Amino acid sequence: MSTIKPPTNNPLGRVMDEDLYRCVHCGLCLNVCPTYLETGLETESPRGRIALMKGLREGRIETSKRVVSHWDLCLGCRACEAACPSGVPYGRLIEGVREQVAKKGATSWRHRLVSAVLLRGLLPRLWALRLLVRMLRLYQRLGIQSIVRGSRVLKVLPGSVDRLERQLPRIPPQFFNVSPQVYSAMGTKRMRVGLLAGCVMPLVHGPTMEAAVRVLLRNGCEVVAPPGQGCCGALNLHSGEGAGARKMARRNIDVFLSAGVERVVVASAGCGSAMKEYDDLLKEDAEYSEKAKRLAEMTVDITEFLASLPLVQPRNRLDLRVTYQDACHLTHAQRISHAPRRLLEAITGLELVEMEDASRCCGAAGTYTITQREMSGQLLDSKMEAVLATGAEVVATANPGCALQLEAGLRLAGSDGRVCHVVDLLDEAYGREE
Amino acid sequence: MSEARRFIKKLESIVGREYVIHHPDDLLVYEYDGSVDKAMPRAVVLPASTEEVSRVLVVADEARVPVVGRGSGTGLSGGAIALEDGLQVALTRMKRILEIDERNRLAVVEPGVINLHLDEAARKRGLRYAPDPSSQKACSLGGNVAENAGGPHCLAYGVTSNHVLGMEVVLEDGSVTWLGGKIRNPVGYDLRGAFVGSEGMFGLATKIIVRLLPAPPTVKTYLAVFEDVGGACLAVSSVIGQGMVPAAMEIMDALSIEAVQRVTDVGLPSGAGAVLLVELEGEDEEVEDQGLQVEAILTESGASEVRWAESAQERERLWSARKNALGALGALAPNYYLVDGVVPRTRLTESLERVSEISAQYDIPIANVFHAGDGNLHPCILFDERKPGDVERVMEVGGRILEVCVELGGALSGEHGIGLEKKAYMPLVFTNGDMDVMARVRGAFAPQGRFNPGKVFPGGPEYTHSMQRGAVLAAGPGAHV
Repeated sequence: MSTIKPPTNNPLGRVMDEDLYRCVHCGLCLNVCPTYLETGLETESPRGRIALMKGLREGRIETSKRVVSHWDLCLGCRACEAACPSGVPYGRLIEGVREQVAKKGATSWRHRLVSAVLLRGLLPRLWALRLLVRMLRLYQRLGIQSIVRGSRVLKVLPGSVDRLERQLPRIPPQFFNVSPQVYSAMGTKRMRVGLLAGCVMPLVHGPTMEAAVRVLLRNGCEVVAPPGQGCCGALNLHSGEGAGARKMARRNIDVFLSAGVERVVVASAGCGSAMKEYDDLLKEDAEYSEKAKRLAEMTVDITEFLASLPLVQPRNRLDLRVTYQDACHLTHAQRISHAPRRLLEAITGLELVEMEDASRCCGAAGTYTITQREMSGQLLDSKMEAVLATGAEVVATANPGCALQLEAGLRLAGSDGRVCHVVDLLDEAYGREE
Repeated sequence: MSEARRFIKKLESIVGREYVIHHPDDLLVYEYDGSVDKAMPRAVVLPASTEEVSRVLVVADEARVPVVGRGSGTGLSGGAIALEDGLQVALTRMKRILEIDERNRLAVVEPGVINLHLDEAARKRGLRYAPDPSSQKACSLGGNVAENAGGPHCLAYGVTSNHVLGMEVVLEDGSVTWLGGKIRNPVGYDLRGAFVGSEGMFGLATKIIVRLLPAPPTVKTYLAVFEDVGGACLAVSSVIGQGMVPAAMEIMDALSIEAVQRVTDVGLPSGAGAVLLVELEGEDEEVEDQGLQVEAILTESGASEVRWAESAQERERLWSARKNALGALGALAPNYYLVDGVVPRTRLTESLERVSEISAQYDIPIANVFHAGDGNLHPCILFDERKPGDVERVMEVGGRILEVCVELGGALSGEHGIGLEKKAYMPLVFTNGDMDVMARVRGAFAPQGRFNPGKVFPGGPEYTHSMQRGAVLAAGPGAHV
């Protein structure tokens, strides 16, 4: 054994030694890590990724392409964090490292492309994102899609453009819009809540957002989805775009803290998780640190929130066989796994069938479907195997990213099953038209 | 092409490029296991079948390269650390449960199968795999066999060796053979018994046949709170003194309780000097009867509180507190060094007092979380490897504790193996003659001494490629083989 003297200037930027050296390399994280389970390689495990961070910290290695590739393959699902007996804040570590890697420009071309187009281009400008999704909708509606697919032109393109095209979500006819409108509670008003609309979800899952509003109203909440709010910044944060994420966080803090709401309800696990950690993200921001803490404390996931209420019993029977896919950012990052299941079980007739390894990542992981296509596809394939084995007609989840990935998985597998958010099913059971 | 390059190429031709790791950046993550020692291997190869393992070993044999088996790398004695520029053979891809034979109550598994996965698969059929190391969520059966792993429930059911019926092993020259088999009482030498616990120095197991036991119909888990560790130890002696053998009896001291509670609130009483977990298993009535007795003994021994898990979830929570305790030490210090000494159960209290004295004398915190029923101590010395001098001091403290264990009539290791960091203490319990016999047995399995060199036997880590069988026999212990 040798004594290690770390250099005084930290090449890992925001990553704190205190977090890093909390890892005692016991290995208890290994068998919850999807990429380790797929490959069997320590380099693709949480413990290995932390060892590489320590190696960089101690000046034993550089941020080489090879080293970065191991951090890149991390889904950021944080299953390891939930399994860690030492309480290593892995999410914070990997986000800090990614920010540092991005600053050095040591990322892959796919990452840089995603960062430039999506993270720095579209997400801060939701109007542009809307325009793009509108075009996609036209592509699907006008029959161009079937012409393109029929022509087999995609098959001759390099990479797996074909698979990617088939993974494109089916865009519903309506978007969900933020507005100054106040939706009035049904029955006795319990409290006023703000709803996060987010970026992609109102465009690709508009009907789910509307269902969320109706379910909240049904349970005595007055709901606002205040204008001015934007993307929560999670995707940026996960990809090392810390500055952008902080900017988005500040904007949402301003909007929601002045909306006169008791709670900020989030129907997207990834966003909820990021918002609950706004305090950490902005802890060095003198002006915002206190406000960030307040917003973080007000933030709740919609399933967690509904399960904490004396839930109004849904009237309609739904004779459905449903399996539930845990969203990583709900079960691992927010440690919420009972609430969504309890809500599903509250629906008469609904049969909840657990799939094998429901809490293992489906491979969506934000921009991972684009940046790590191969691993994402492998994880989706094993997920689909588990889903199909349950014989369920519906896969319920609580995060738009997972939903898109699972929808694509079902299509690729030729299954006619459907994917729903937990609130979609609740809404259905309440009798959605009222 | 250099010889080193040619060696890598040959391995790649067997398992494919992605499963040979040889870039120094990547090797950084194979220099450690769960213990304190570190060494960079020459390369890591991940075969997917017995045939590939065999071919890899032929290549290593030709190149006269040392070979070190690796499973999940959770071991605590440095067993998977590759010394002397050795080749690590990681068996993490061989993770299939090949067969579960309910009627004959046995399973055939590959070495990379995770201990807990085997137990879960067995439980779906009303059976169980009894040895349950605290790292069972991550550790693999191959490593369990190599280190003859224990666990809380080994008090009633015995360590790994009591549960392995046989295994397929690959030897130095790549030859494949079976030791033991599905039959429970085979004739001839019990080579299976010799192989289990050989710390990777005899060969690589590529298939393992294990015994499964019926899962008990009733389980009751008690948690007793004590003012100090002494009281808890006394209770353990009294329970055993009454002729009972609970499934498990585990003690956690104040420092371990603090560590666990700091990571997650699992409901352990803060400020308690120690807690004792007692688990009873069996038929309903039997557990009920024993439970009353245990409750009485715990109270008589001075427990300030005795409670039991009312539900499976609560039981799970108590066990996760115990099994996560080692990792939780990370909340107190960046490193810990676990001393695996064993003492006679009757001298538990005395040994812990001595450990506490050593801790005070060296002014270094030591947390105790251990298999009390077995007298298997686990004093964990907390330190920071980045602080100059800490590592040396810790090794000295570890040595002092082991000396105490031996002085009280105990042993160097209960379940984690001798490996790297305890080998210097072998002469405390073994004569040269004893170790000579061990070296001869090793020589019979691995005449070139190429499997996991530098472990178990005291002496420097030097490794002589030209060492032949005769030389091994002549050299004896101390000369390192």
